[in-house]
Amino acid sequence: MDAGRILVVDDEVPIRRLLRTTLGAHRFEVLEAGNAAHALQAVRERGPDLVLLDLGLPDRDGLDLLRDIRALSPVPVIVLSSRDGEAGKVQALDEGADDYVTKPFGAEELMARIRAALRHRLQQQGARPVYRNGRLAVDLVRRQVLLDDAELHLSPKEYEILQQLVLHAGKVLTHRHLLRAVWGSELEADVQYLRVYIRQLRAKLEADPERPALIVTEPGVGYRLKELQQTSW
Amino acid sequence: MNSTVPSEPHRPSPEALLERVQREQHGKLKVFLGAAPGVGKTYEMLSSARKKQRDGVDVVIGIVETHGRRETMALVEGLPLIPRRRVPYEGRELEEMDLDAILARRPQLVLVDELAHTNAPGSRHPKRYLDVQELLAAGIDVWSTINIQHLESLNDIVAGITRVRVRETVPDAILDLADEVEVIDITPTELIERLREGKVYQGEAGERALQGYFNTGNLTALRELALRRTAAQVDEQLRHHRRTHGIEEVWPAGDRVLVCVNESPGAQALVRHAKRLADRLDAPWTALYLETARSLQLDEAQRDQVAENLRLAERLDGNALSIAGSSDIAGDLLAYAREHNISHIVTGKSQRSRWFELRHGSVVDQLVRRARNISIHVVADPQAESRRLPRRAFARPGDWNLAAILPVTLLVAAATGLGWLLHAATQVHNVALIYLAAVMISATRYGMVPSLYAALASSGAYNFFFLGPRYTFTVADPANVLSLVFFIAVSVVVSQLMARLRQQALATREQAYDSAELLNFTRRLAGLRKLEDLQAVTTGQVARILDLQALLLLPDDDGKRLSAESGLDDKDLAAAQWSFEKGEATGRGADTLPGASRLWLPLRTPSGIVGVLGAQRDGRGALLEPSERRMLDTIADLAAITIERIRLAKQIDQARMLAETEQLRSALLTSISHDLRTPLASIMGSISSLRSYGAMYDDAQREELLTTAQDETERMHRFVGNLLDMTRLDAGALQPKRETCELQEIVGSALQRTARLLERHQVSTAYSHELPMLTLDFVLMEQVLVNLLENAGKYAPEGTRIEISAQRHRYAVSIEVRDEGPGIPEADLQRIFDPFFRIRGGDRQRAGIGLGLAVCRGFVDAMGGRIRARNRRERSGSIFEIELPSSLFVSPAEAA
Repeated sequence: MDAGRILVVDDEVPIRRLLRTTLGAHRFEVLEAGNAAHALQAVRERGPDLVLLDLGLPDRDGLDLLRDIRALSPVPVIVLSSRDGEAGKVQALDEGADDYVTKPFGAEELMARIRAALRHRLQQQGARPVYRNGRLAVDLVRRQVLLDDAELHLSPKEYEILQQLVLHAGKVLTHRHLLRAVWGSELEADVQYLRVYIRQLRAKLEADPERPALIVTEPGVGYRLKELQQTSW
Repeated sequence: MNSTVPSEPHRPSPEALLERVQREQHGKLKVFLGAAPGVGKTYEMLSSARKKQRDGVDVVIGIVETHGRRETMALVEGLPLIPRRRVPYEGRELEEMDLDAILARRPQLVLVDELAHTNAPGSRHPKRYLDVQELLAAGIDVWSTINIQHLESLNDIVAGITRVRVRETVPDAILDLADEVEVIDITPTELIERLREGKVYQGEAGERALQGYFNTGNLTALRELALRRTAAQVDEQLRHHRRTHGIEEVWPAGDRVLVCVNESPGAQALVRHAKRLADRLDAPWTALYLETARSLQLDEAQRDQVAENLRLAERLDGNALSIAGSSDIAGDLLAYAREHNISHIVTGKSQRSRWFELRHGSVVDQLVRRARNISIHVVADPQAESRRLPRRAFARPGDWNLAAILPVTLLVAAATGLGWLLHAATQVHNVALIYLAAVMISATRYGMVPSLYAALASSGAYNFFFLGPRYTFTVADPANVLSLVFFIAVSVVVSQLMARLRQQALATREQAYDSAELLNFTRRLAGLRKLEDLQAVTTGQVARILDLQALLLLPDDDGKRLSAESGLDDKDLAAAQWSFEKGEATGRGADTLPGASRLWLPLRTPSGIVGVLGAQRDGRGALLEPSERRMLDTIADLAAITIERIRLAKQIDQARMLAETEQLRSALLTSISHDLRTPLASIMGSISSLRSYGAMYDDAQREELLTTAQDETERMHRFVGNLLDMTRLDAGALQPKRETCELQEIVGSALQRTARLLERHQVSTAYSHELPMLTLDFVLMEQVLVNLLENAGKYAPEGTRIEISAQRHRYAVSIEVRDEGPGIPEADLQRIFDPFFRIRGGDRQRAGIGLGLAVCRGFVDAMGGRIRARNRRERSGSIFEIELPSSLFVSPAEAA
């Protein structure tokens, strides 16, 4: 069990069983908690590398639990949520969750999210300057963007948005996060700005801007830089 | 970006803005005001209208009187004309403006000549200005004409100047309503010139007019009046402008004007005077009628006059009220004035005889003497001589209390007997005081006329029996003549005094009765919860206090029209609807639609009109007396407030119910999505995991994933089944089959289906002997048991016991499912069978949205049984009991 230690917090036994099997096969050590109290105890005593957290728990509100986990530890948290809970997702991300997966989910999607969250953690410890993802390469030190090895000219705002997406590659970034990081603003109305710049970025980066493969929209939540097959730092 | 909100210190008040908006939706009124006939108002109106027409405005002529003037007639040509309505009246045919045709035609601008015109009887409104108000309310602009002498408040002055009193008047308020007033001003000489040329009146009429009305002095005075009135109008518009545009204004010191009215027609002059005074002072004003013992002696015509005087004040935009007073009129007036900060009191010169004033003192004198800081305006009545009140009848019909004759005669006889005894015993001749006592008793008990009769009878008996020569009506001693005369005089005075006392006592008692009744009414209203009850309480109250047949009409559900009430004729319906829509009193005794048999009062609340109150008295009696009308108004107000209160309570209830329904709905959605998605998540996760990473798993892991997928598929199947069953139950589409079943077989089948679910529980069964065969739907009954078992398995911890037992009782078979779970909170025992009820709601609940038990109840009910839940006494855990009555038993013979 050397891939890491994952805490699964869900009151549904079948889901826990499924995750135990799947993650176990990927050589993760799986800790299980059926309620908030056990979850907090596990975070405190076992120090998991990642938490999969279902927001609907029998004893407490999932968002409350998330706040408590954050107070204890910076461990990456991926929220498992229902599809109709956009507001809950955004709130969870704002409260410090790293990503979310919508139920029902496919195993591959879940594994991709877990990998992204774990890698982001490693990368924070010592980020490498050049990010490669498919045709795209971004040199964060020289602030240079290459597409198919040809230099691409981006406006300063476009670059800053791309930089945020690259720094959190594979993870969802909320509108609010992007607005705060790039404009220093949190006004809801400015989401329109963001949409304009995202459109321009897609026009420059995507093979087919109408069907973006790289910068994908998470409806009601934000944007995500999708990791294509040959990703490296 | 920090933008500072600019401060707006002079924002117009919301009321002012509202008024402005309402004015803008309203049609605009322009009045062409003239000092006298013939100045050319109609001419001016028509020529301005033609200009408008050229500008593309849709102008029509509602009604225009050309008086045969040629220039005017020429102008009418080319303007569309709404044909006049012909009204048959006393064998003749009158022509009137066709209000409905204009409303239907909906022009932008309509010309309505002669604003002060009185409509033919039977028209919707008695006056044309009321027609105009309706046109304005319908959003149609109106141009109209009027001469200065038709203005209500100037009526007296004009009559004073010209010695001609004009009967047709309009309230000043209509002029205040006008957005624009144009004075058609020509000099008197010019007008006289026009008259001479015959441009105004044809032939001799012109000459006559010149002799009388149209002399230079009159015309100059009238012209001045017209100009002054318009100047006042401009002032008002300026003030209005300031108000609606938020311009600060220094209000004059808080003047208030009070005018005292009585039953005299001359009081109208006082009211108009007060209106002019108040206008000059820019002060609010009030017309006050004091109800004293004297009020009870007024005849119908006088009461009408009081009501008319008060209504005039209302028409002139004053307040009108009548309050109960004592014999100290001046004191009452001053008390009211002090209480309400009145600065000016307008009163008339006393019209009482000097003799009366000597005895009672003049009210005016007292007012002036005791007024201190209040100004007293004593107004002369210009027509006092000619308008001298007809002397009040000696006694009112009610005083002719014939039934009192007998007891009074007996009283006098008793006095005679007593005097006889006294005389026999003491030889005292002077027994007049005993008779006086009889007169006093008659006066207090039976009123004035019987007491006068008592006085006469007593004097006769006294003379006959006691004054010598006795037993004759002749009086020998001159001293006795004198004492007889004094006796008669004293008894008359005494009888008058006593009778007045009695009347005052009666009046007081009536008022006390009214107050008590009102209090009682208020209390009963406070307890009302339903509108239907209000109808009965209100009509009962009106009948009791006012002796009127009352009717309460409420709007239908969309709030637009009154609910149709059988037994009302068209006139009453129209009047009621009108009152409801416009918030005016209509019908009998009111200005609008007076032809209806009932008086209709709008029930007004701050949020609008909530209904109407109709009142009717048998026969064609006069209007209500002022005090009665006030009482009816009060009752209407109380009823209105109650309707409002009941409505609000209902709305709050509805809002609460709606909120609860909404809450339930969203909880339901959350539940359903949770219950469907949770198994789906496991199934999809397992399958996708197997598919993507199958090679990485060993056999045990693969088996576990497949088991998860299968279990969850079954769970979802059960859930969807329940959902469909519930839908069938809701739609009433469930038809249980009636087949002969054996209970053990059903239980066995249910246990088989739940075996996997309950594999970690210990399940046991127990049956009593002689269980009958039952007429049941096998499939439904099995589903009920499956749901109960699934429920038990879900809530009871693993390893605990679940018992199923069936017992035969005399009239029923009961089946029980017992578990060792946590049990059910007592408060929820009834509700757990409700659809979508879960012991703890929300997303944080174990799977299962509580459809299972609802389906159980639905099925058991459909089969004719009963299902109940209770908690175990001896330990924690719940018991679900199904009771199947003996009517479902199949007799052994049948079974065989």
